Parts: sequence; structure tokens; C-alpha cells
Amino acid sequence: MFAPIAVLNDWSNGINYIFAFIIGIGFGWVLESSGFGNSKKLAWQFYFRDLTVFKVMFTAIVTAMTGLIFIDAFGWIDMSSILINETYLWSGAAGGLIMGIGFAIGGYCPGTSFTGFATLKVDSYFYIFGALLGMFVYGEVAPFIEPFYGGKYSGYMGTVTLQKFFGVSAGVVGFVIMIIALAGFFGAEWIEKKNGNIVKS
Amino acid sequence: MEKKNYISPYLGGVLLGLVLLLSFIISGRGLGASGAMMKFVVAIEKFLAQGHVDSNPYLAHYGATGINPFNDWLVFEILGVIAGAFLSGLIGGRIKKETNRGPQISDKQRWIYAVIGGALFGFGARLARGCTSGVALSGGATLALGSWVTMLCIFAGAYGLAYFVRKLWI
Repeated sequence: MFAPIAVLNDWSNGINYIFAFIIGIGFGWVLESSGFGNSKKLAWQFYFRDLTVFKVMFTAIVTAMTGLIFIDAFGWIDMSSILINETYLWSGAAGGLIMGIGFAIGGYCPGTSFTGFATLKVDSYFYIFGALLGMFVYGEVAPFIEPFYGGKYSGYMGTVTLQKFFGVSAGVVGFVIMIIALAGFFGAEWIEKKNGNIVKS
Repeated sequence: MEKKNYISPYLGGVLLGLVLLLSFIISGRGLGASGAMMKFVVAIEKFLAQGHVDSNPYLAHYGATGINPFNDWLVFEILGVIAGAFLSGLIGGRIKKETNRGPQISDKQRWIYAVIGGALFGFGARLARGCTSGVALSGGATLALGSWVTMLCIFAGAYGLAYFVRKLWI
């Protein structure tokens, strides 16, 4: 077992942050070269014109998921040291719907807005200002909606994975997600052939 | 420099997946974005009104007296994102001051809607404890139940509303 490297070797914040910066460079590079600095390319997914976001995101999820499942099966990684998001069903669902509405109106999500920022897309500057404003408002109202955020109305279930929830192995869940993703890719290619209008550069 | 085409979405997806996998292997955590924005918000509030931050438990978690909001993995990761996107844009000839929008609205209208959409996304991201990067992508790859619920809700919300705001984009 050698991973997660930073956790098992008890890295200092300084070393951790250097690697955070390097990992970020890879993240930003891929987002920009895939076209995610351009809000029109992002928004056109919702009109079935350019389904690049779906393809990139699901290919990435399948790639990372498969890698994690295998290195876990080989005993190379301590999965209990990995940060896995806890499930808050209701606040997570409501937050997701609000984010989706913001995505369709604003054309970016936070990660892609930084990509727009780095390539001088003026609309991303306004989007980032808006996102900071929305978070400021959230911070101010947070104490009042705590029961829904983390309290008894939040739908808190602890750290639950799909395999735990459905009572199957991670490999089965991974296989099903792969099949769904493949079907989705064929569907996306078919839709783009009929209705496509890809933003190429 | 001549403007180059974007890379294949499947190549981009594999590369993004490998970056994400490396992040888990090296740092033991996935990628993120909105968390860094929240640190920035709290840093400003701290500068203006430390007492206010201390008295609000949600804000205090990020920036109570003695806590530096910028002392955080995500903040350095986002600095890397900006650097990486800049380098990729530079090589691809895509660094250009422009506003992307649909043909039926003006730049100014696009900017106003960008603020509104950003505000909604920012609010929702705090409520759901993360955005498309930290929850949908990273949480999705770790097969976290709540992350998949949030991911599906993001796309349901966006595809559901898209028809009504089509004038902004097509």
C-alpha cells in the first residue's frame, strides 16, 4: 500500500500545496483544451447542440472510477484515507437543482469560470462576481437554514456509496456505470449527427 | 498565434480522469472549485468584520480568529487551474478578450445574466457542499450516493430550465 501518498507519508502543508498547484495545472489545462473556457460551448449542451461536457465528464468519471476500483483491488490504496463526500440527500438535491438553474442562466460552473477567467472571457468575470455574491448570501443565511443544511431535515445518511446502498460490490456498480456511459456516448454522437452544432475553437 | 481547435472530448475525458485519479493517489482527495471561492469570500469578510465571522458558526468554520482561509489545498489547486488554463489557452491561441453569448442578446445583457446565474450557482454550491468539480466529478468517481443525486439534480435543473432561457444562448 502506497497511496494516498500525502496521507501515508504525513506530508506537511507546504508539500501538499505544491502538489495541489501542480494537480490544478493539469485540471485547468484539460478544461481549457476541451473548450470549457467558452460559456457558449458549455450552454449549448442544454440545447443538444454540443454534448462535449457530457462526454468529457463521463469519460473522466469512468476513468478515475475504474482506476480507483483497480488500485483498491490490488491493495495499493487505503480507501479509508480518501475523502468521500457524505450524503445529505435533501440539501444535496436542492443545492443541485439551484446549481443547474444557475448553470443554464450563467453558462459556467465555478471550475470552468476560472478557465474563462484565465483566457480573458469577460462574461466569466461577471459570473465569478455573481458566484462570490451568492456564496456571501449563503454564508449570511446559513445559521437560519442549518436544520435543512446539516440538521434533521437534511436527509443525512453518513458516508454511503452506491455499492453500499445497493448491497453489491464496487465492481458491479462500476460495470453498470460503464455500460450507461457507453450507451450515453452513442446517444450523444447520434444526437450531434442530427442536431449538432459543435463549438470547435 | 493561430487559433487551434479543442481536443477530442474523449481524449479530454481520459486526461481529466487521470488528473483526478492522480489527485486521489497523491493527495487523498478529489478536485474542487467552489470551495476556493468560499475561502475568498470569508477572507474578505474577515478583513472587514472579524467579529461577524466569529459569531456565525458557518463562517467561523472557514475563518474564525486564528484561521487563515487561504491555508487550504483547494486555494492552491485553483491557482494551478488558472495557470494551466492560461498555458493551454496561450498554446491554443485562444486567449482573447471576448464575451460568449447567443445572437439575440447584447454583451451587457449577457453580463447581467452571468451575475444572476453565478449567484444562484454559488448559493446552490454551498447548500450542496460543492459544485460540478468537487461533488459531481470527484464525488461521482468515488461512487458517493449523495454526489450522484446532486449531479443528476444539476443536470435536471439545467435541462429543465434551458427551454425557458433559450433566448440567452440560441
